[in-house]
Amino acid sequence: MSTTKEHDVATRPAPREGPRRPRRTRGSGRFFAGLVFLGPGLTYLIVLLMIPLALVLSYSIFQRGRFGGVVYEPTGENFTRLLDPLYLDVVLGSLKLATIATLIALLVGYPTAYMIAMLPRKWKTIALVAIVLPFWTNFLVRVYAWIVLLSGPGVVNTALIDLGLIDEPLEFLYNQGTIVTGLVYSYLPLMVLPLYAAIEKLDPTLREASANLGARPARTFFSVTLPLTVPGVLTGCLFVFVPSFGNFIIPELLGGGRSIMVGNLIRDQFLKARDWPFGATLALALVAVLVALLLAQAWAARRYSRA
Amino acid sequence: MRKPRLLHVPFWLTYVFLYAPIVVLVAMSVNSGDSPYSFDGFSLKWYGALAQNEDIREGLVNTLIVALATTVLATVLGTLLAVGMARYTRSRTLDAIGLLPAVLPDLVLAIGLLVLYSAVQMTLGLHSVLLAHVVFGMAFVAAVVRTRLSHGDTTLEEASRDLGAGAVTTFLRITLPQLAPGIAAGALLAFTLSVDEFVIAFFTSAPTEPTLPVVIYSMVRFGVTPEINALATLLLAVSFTVVIAAQRMTRLTESLS
Amino acid sequence: MSRIRYTRRLPAAVAAAGALLAVAACGGQSGDTSTAAAPNAPARLDPNANLAKQKLTISIWDGYSPEDLPKRVKDKFGTSMEVAKHATNEEVMGKLTAGADSGIDVAFVSGQYAQALNEAGLLEPLHPELIPNLANLYPEATQLSYDKGNKFSVPYTWGTTGICYRTDLVETAPTSWKDLLEPADDVKGKITLMTTERWLALPAIKALNYSVNTTDDAQLQKVRDLLTSAKEHLLAFDDTTFGDRLKKGEAVMVEAWDGWCPTSEKNIKFVVPKEGSDLWVDTMVVLKSSKNKEAAHALINYILDPEIHSWAAENILYKVPNKAAMEKVKPELKAKDSPLAMTPAQLLQGEPIIDLGKDSQKYTRLSTEVAAKN
Repeated sequence: MSTTKEHDVATRPAPREGPRRPRRTRGSGRFFAGLVFLGPGLTYLIVLLMIPLALVLSYSIFQRGRFGGVVYEPTGENFTRLLDPLYLDVVLGSLKLATIATLIALLVGYPTAYMIAMLPRKWKTIALVAIVLPFWTNFLVRVYAWIVLLSGPGVVNTALIDLGLIDEPLEFLYNQGTIVTGLVYSYLPLMVLPLYAAIEKLDPTLREASANLGARPARTFFSVTLPLTVPGVLTGCLFVFVPSFGNFIIPELLGGGRSIMVGNLIRDQFLKARDWPFGATLALALVAVLVALLLAQAWAARRYSRA
Repeated sequence: MRKPRLLHVPFWLTYVFLYAPIVVLVAMSVNSGDSPYSFDGFSLKWYGALAQNEDIREGLVNTLIVALATTVLATVLGTLLAVGMARYTRSRTLDAIGLLPAVLPDLVLAIGLLVLYSAVQMTLGLHSVLLAHVVFGMAFVAAVVRTRLSHGDTTLEEASRDLGAGAVTTFLRITLPQLAPGIAAGALLAFTLSVDEFVIAFFTSAPTEPTLPVVIYSMVRFGVTPEINALATLLLAVSFTVVIAAQRMTRLTESLS
Repeated sequence: MSRIRYTRRLPAAVAAAGALLAVAACGGQSGDTSTAAAPNAPARLDPNANLAKQKLTISIWDGYSPEDLPKRVKDKFGTSMEVAKHATNEEVMGKLTAGADSGIDVAFVSGQYAQALNEAGLLEPLHPELIPNLANLYPEATQLSYDKGNKFSVPYTWGTTGICYRTDLVETAPTSWKDLLEPADDVKGKITLMTTERWLALPAIKALNYSVNTTDDAQLQKVRDLLTSAKEHLLAFDDTTFGDRLKKGEAVMVEAWDGWCPTSEKNIKFVVPKEGSDLWVDTMVVLKSSKNKEAAHALINYILDPEIHSWAAENILYKVPNKAAMEKVKPELKAKDSPLAMTPAQLLQGEPIIDLGKDSQKYTRLSTEVAAKN
C-alpha cells in the first residue's frame, strides 16, 4: 500500500516535465554518483581520521596500564591531572611562547606583506616566492641551520670573536628566546601570505581618498588599512599560533630540553612515560584550545566583514 | 602610489632573517674541516660522505616510496572528494571533516594513528606512514581542487548532462580537464608535504624503515657535522627547483586557460 | 524535495558504511594475531631449525655493534639481519610497548628496561641450551639484580656513570657530584646533564647519599630541588652529544656514561665521583612477538663469542661482561682508557639500577618537574 503511494509521488512530476527523463532515475543516479565521488574519500577519513580521534577521546577517560597500554576502567583522573599546577604551568608557558612568536611574526610580517603588495607585479611574484621558498624545505633542516648559526662555537660567535667584539663565546642557544626565534622563523611565511592576500585586496582608492582628505600616512594606515585587513591578520595569527603551540622539536633542539611545551609533554606521555590516557587527555586539551581560537577567529572575522 | 620609505627596513630585514641561516648552512656544506662552525677551506668531501651513507640512502628511498604512493592515492581520493562535496552535497559537516586534517595539529593526528595501529595490532612499516600521509595529503588536494571548482563554470557540466551524458562521463570529459591545473597543484602539494613530514612519520614508522626526516632527526640529535649541511643543501636545491618550476608551470597554465 | 533528502542522508549512510568497514578490519586484524601462545609460557624452540630461513631485526644504539655484523651473521648461519637504530632507551621502549607490532626480534635495552619489558609480558624467557656461550660471562654478570640468573636478558655491556670533563678548561678537577650540580663560576653554563629519567636524577641522588632506586617522596623532593637549582647553570640536557660538545669546548663538564666519555682525546678525563654511582647494564632481550626465536638465540650466542664481544670493548670502549672477551682486549687500550681498565669488582661497587614498577612514575614526574621549571 505504502509502496505504491511513494511510487505515485515519485512519478507524478514526470509527465509535467515532458520529454525529460523521469526524475526518479535521475535522483538515484545522482545518489550513486554522489556515493562514487564522496564514498572512497569519506570512508578513508572516517577510518583513518575520525576513528583515531574517537579513540584518543575515549582513552582520556581510561587508566594507564602499569607498563603502558590502557586499562579500560573509567576514571576522571586524567582531567583532574590537567589542573595540576605542574602541567598547567607547561600549558600556560606554551601559550605564552606561542603568543609571543605570533605577535613577533605579525610585527615582522605586516610591513613585509604591505611592501610586497605595493611592489610592481613582476617583483611581487618574486618576493612572494622568496617568502614561501624556505617554508618548502625540510623543517628539521631549517631548525638545524639555527644551531649552526647560534651555538657556542657557532658561526655568529666565531665571527664576533674574529672581529674582536667579544673574547668569550656567548651562549645564544638553549633558552626561551631561541625557541621563539625558531618558531617565528619556521612559520613566518604562514603569516605573510594571508596578510598579503588581505592587503592586496584593498581598494587603493580608499587610501588615496584618505590621503587626499589630508590624513597623514600613519593615520590612513591605522584608520583605513589596518581595520580592513583584520581578517587577514586573524588568519595569519592562527596559522602561526597553531603549529607553534603544539611544537615539540624546536623546544628540544633549540631549547636544549631546558623548557618544555605541551607538544613535548604529549610526546613524552606516549614515548617515555607510556601514559597514553594522560597523553590523549593533553592532546584533547590542545585541540580544545585550538578549536576555541578557531571559533573566536571565525566570529571576529564575521564581525569585521559586516562592519 | 607613494611607497612608504620606512617599510624598506623591515622588508629587507625579513629576507635577511629568512635567508641568512640558509646561506650559512650551504656555505658550511663545502667546508673541508670537521665542524660546520668554522670555515677551513673548500672541499666537497661531505657530499662524498653523504653518498656513502647507507642510512641516508635508505631513508631517501623510503621517503620517495611513501611520497609517490601518497601523491597517487591522495590525488585520486582528494579530487573525487572535492567534486563530490562541490556538486553532490551541501553538508557543512562534510566540509569540516574534509578540511580537518589540514588544520589539525600533526601531533594529534600522529598519536591518533598510533593509537589506532596499536588497537588493531598492525605491523608498522612504510604502509603505516603511507596511510597516515594520505589523510592530510587528501585534505590538501581536496582544498586546492575545490577552489578551482568554485571558480569554474558549471554550465558546461549541465549541458553535458542535459544532452544525456551520465555523471561519470560528464566528470571524465568535462570536469576533469577543467580541473587539471588544480589537480596538478594539489598533487605537487601532497608530494612535497609527504617528503617533508616528520612528526607523523616519527610516530608511525617502523624502526627498520625510517623516512628521511626521521633519519635527519636522529643525525641532528647525534651531533652536528657538515654532512648534515651537505644533505640540507641538496634538499634545499630540490625543493627550490620544484617550487620555482611549479610557479612557472601554474603561470603557464593560467595564461593558457 | 526527495533529492535533498537523499543528499542529506548520504553522509550518514557513508559514515555507517565506513564504521562497518572499520569494525570488520579491526576484527579481522586482531583475530589473526590472537593465535599466539599463552603469555609467559616459553615457546617451544627447535634446536635444529633452519636458521637460513629466518630473518632477524634488531634494534640497537647507533654505533653500538660492528658495522658488518649483518654480513657476519649471514656468513655464519645464513640468517639475513636488519639493524634498526635507536638513540635512547626511551625511544625503543616507546616502539616496543606501543602495542602495534614493531617487527623487532632482538632489542638492546638497559637492565631496568629489560625488567619492565619482562614484567609487561613482552619478553621470551631465554633458552640457555641455545646459548652455550653464556659460560663466557663473568660470574658476577649472571647475578645482576634486575635479572638474577639471566632468565630473560643477557648483558652486552656494563659500566657506570660519572663526570667527563676537559682537563684544560676547568680550574679544579671535579671529584664530587656537587661539582656538577653546584658548579664553580668558571664552569657555569658549560655543563650538561642527561635527560633519561633515572640518569637525570642520579647526580642529585648520589650527592644527597640516597639510593639510586629510592622511592621515598621526601628524598625525591630534595632531589628535585637540587636539580632545579642546578638547571640554572646548565648549558642543556643531553643524552647523545655530550662527548661531541666536550671536544668542541661548548661544554667543559658533563654527566656521562663511562664508554661515551671520549677519553681518547688527550684533554678529556672521566671520574667516578666520591659519593659513588650506579652500575648500569645494557642487555639483549628476545621479544615474545618474534617469529624468529631460534635465530634470535643464535645471534645472542654469536655475540657472546669472544671474537665479536671484544669488538665492542675495543671499538666503542665499553666494558663487556665477558671474561674471555675482556682478556682479548689489547692491553694498551686498557692502559690508555681508564674506564676500560675497571674490574668487575670495581664496577660492582656501583649501585645497580632496577625497575621500580608503578613507582617509576615518580621519576617521570620528577623529570617533568625539572624540565618545566623555568
